[in-house]
Amino acid sequence: MEILVDAVLLTLLVVITLAILFQRNLFAVVLLAGAYSFLMASIMLVLDAVDVAMTEAAVGAGISTALFLATLYLTHGKEYLQPNFKFQSILVVVLAGGMLIWGMWDMPEFGVMQAPLHENTAPGYLDASKNHLMPPNVVTAVLADYRSFDTLGETTVIFTAGIGVLLILRGRKKPKKSKNKAENSHEA
Amino acid sequence: MKHDPILELGVRLALPFIIIFALYVHFHGDYGPGGGFQAGAIIATGVIMHVLIFGLEKTQRLVPPSVVEPAIGMGVLIYIASGLPGMLFGAGFLDYSIFGNDHLHAHEWGIFAVEIGVIVTVCSTLIAIFYAFAGRAKS
Repeated sequence: MEILVDAVLLTLLVVITLAILFQRNLFAVVLLAGAYSFLMASIMLVLDAVDVAMTEAAVGAGISTALFLATLYLTHGKEYLQPNFKFQSILVVVLAGGMLIWGMWDMPEFGVMQAPLHENTAPGYLDASKNHLMPPNVVTAVLADYRSFDTLGETTVIFTAGIGVLLILRGRKKPKKSKNKAENSHEA
Repeated sequence: MKHDPILELGVRLALPFIIIFALYVHFHGDYGPGGGFQAGAIIATGVIMHVLIFGLEKTQRLVPPSVVEPAIGMGVLIYIASGLPGMLFGAGFLDYSIFGNDHLHAHEWGIFAVEIGVIVTVCSTLIAIFYAFAGRAKS
């Protein structure tokens, strides 16, 4: 049954990806990207990663779609075709993709208990939560307790990203003011 | 944007539940899925939905940018501040063991304090970015 659900979700994912690639109307692309995020959220749910699924549904499907729509409102709603098809870019994509697939062979099989991931620190985390030394949600315990320093870094990254976007979007106001000043001084 | 009474009523009805659900996800993060990041994102989605239906001006009267923008930095400061008591009592930065006598409760309080910093930063960053985009669209 789970294989059937996985197969349906992954097939839809491929279909939507191809649709995004061939669609020229950017409004449709944004909506398809939202659908893609919801599918990803469903896949995360099937993989029992509910925390990630929640984030994907709220950020990927909700906020990014709204941000993309706001961007489309500012720009044109149609994608322009690239006039010439570059051989170098295809080479880079094929090489990078090939290397990723090649590297994948060395990864442990999906869900195998002997994987290094499950043998070193993870059993300790699980035992602590099981023995009521830590909150039952292991994800929260790892994020906000064992790896608290990392989460501090992540919060700082979000802060920096936010400030950066605000600076870029607000930066337009300054030249206007200086223009007015220059005009005023010109008049005076 | 033209007024659509059905959408406006829908948002008015849904918004309290969205906020309550976000707070549930936040405070229940120790026991169920979720935490500060997810809750912040959900609250931000609610606010963005309000902007989409009611327009930027009405939303900014409810959630003014003068509150949202300082909150971006406040969240990080709350996070750092919740690590300082540990240092003061000789346990180390972000060591939660001083927050209570029993190991589980001490760590739950520590996680709670840290997650407040996360929710404030995530929520205000997402809202501020959307405000910046929506404000540009108007001009």
